[in-house]
Amino acid sequence: MHYETVFIVNPVLSEEQAGQTAKKYEDFLKSKKADITSKESWGLKKLAYSIEKKKSGFYFLFEFKSSNEDLISDFELDFKRDERVMRWITVKLDKHAIAYSEKRRERLQKKEEKKKLKINK
Amino acid sequence: METKLDKTENTSELRYLTPVEMDVKSGKKYCRFKKMKIKYIDYKDADFLLRFLNEQGKILPRRITGNSLKFQRKVAQAIKRARHLGLLPYVSDLLK
Repeated sequence: MHYETVFIVNPVLSEEQAGQTAKKYEDFLKSKKADITSKESWGLKKLAYSIEKKKSGFYFLFEFKSSNEDLISDFELDFKRDERVMRWITVKLDKHAIAYSEKRRERLQKKEEKKKLKINK
Repeated sequence: METKLDKTENTSELRYLTPVEMDVKSGKKYCRFKKMKIKYIDYKDADFLLRFLNEQGKILPRRITGNSLKFQRKVAQAIKRARHLGLLPYVSDLLK
């Protein structure tokens, strides 16, 4: 079963601490034997409305596959307990969504390659 | 006799009341998702979803967007998820 999680980390933390929280959840997924197909961090983004009196937040995206069912409830429980994470959403991906996310990943990779080319020039 | 008279009076009034000419938006409405074979509406790219919101950030009805029922529900679902994640405002005076 394919899942996709996007969560927002409190901007009060510095960049590395936000990265550490993302790492923590990544290790949690690995420990539960879910293989992560893609990881993305959109960095500091402005929110459309203030959440917990904050105007911006660090966005992280995980896309993973896992077979056991109770992984998601534990995962959500961790998010609920962690006060550094302001908001999260876990979505089950159907076949159209999976195809879309693959295409999206290729597009992102192409963009990165283009950026690298520009830098080299 | 009575009814006939009323009819003529009504029509004259009616003619007076209706605006001079109605600008009818011509062209058959179509569902852009069926036409462009889009199968999944991503809740993460907010600027695509902005097209389905009006100035106050409310979801546009089907008769305006012309979406089919199936895709209007998917759009509404994606917009609600984007709102939850702070990508789209719940209410706003965003001047598009």
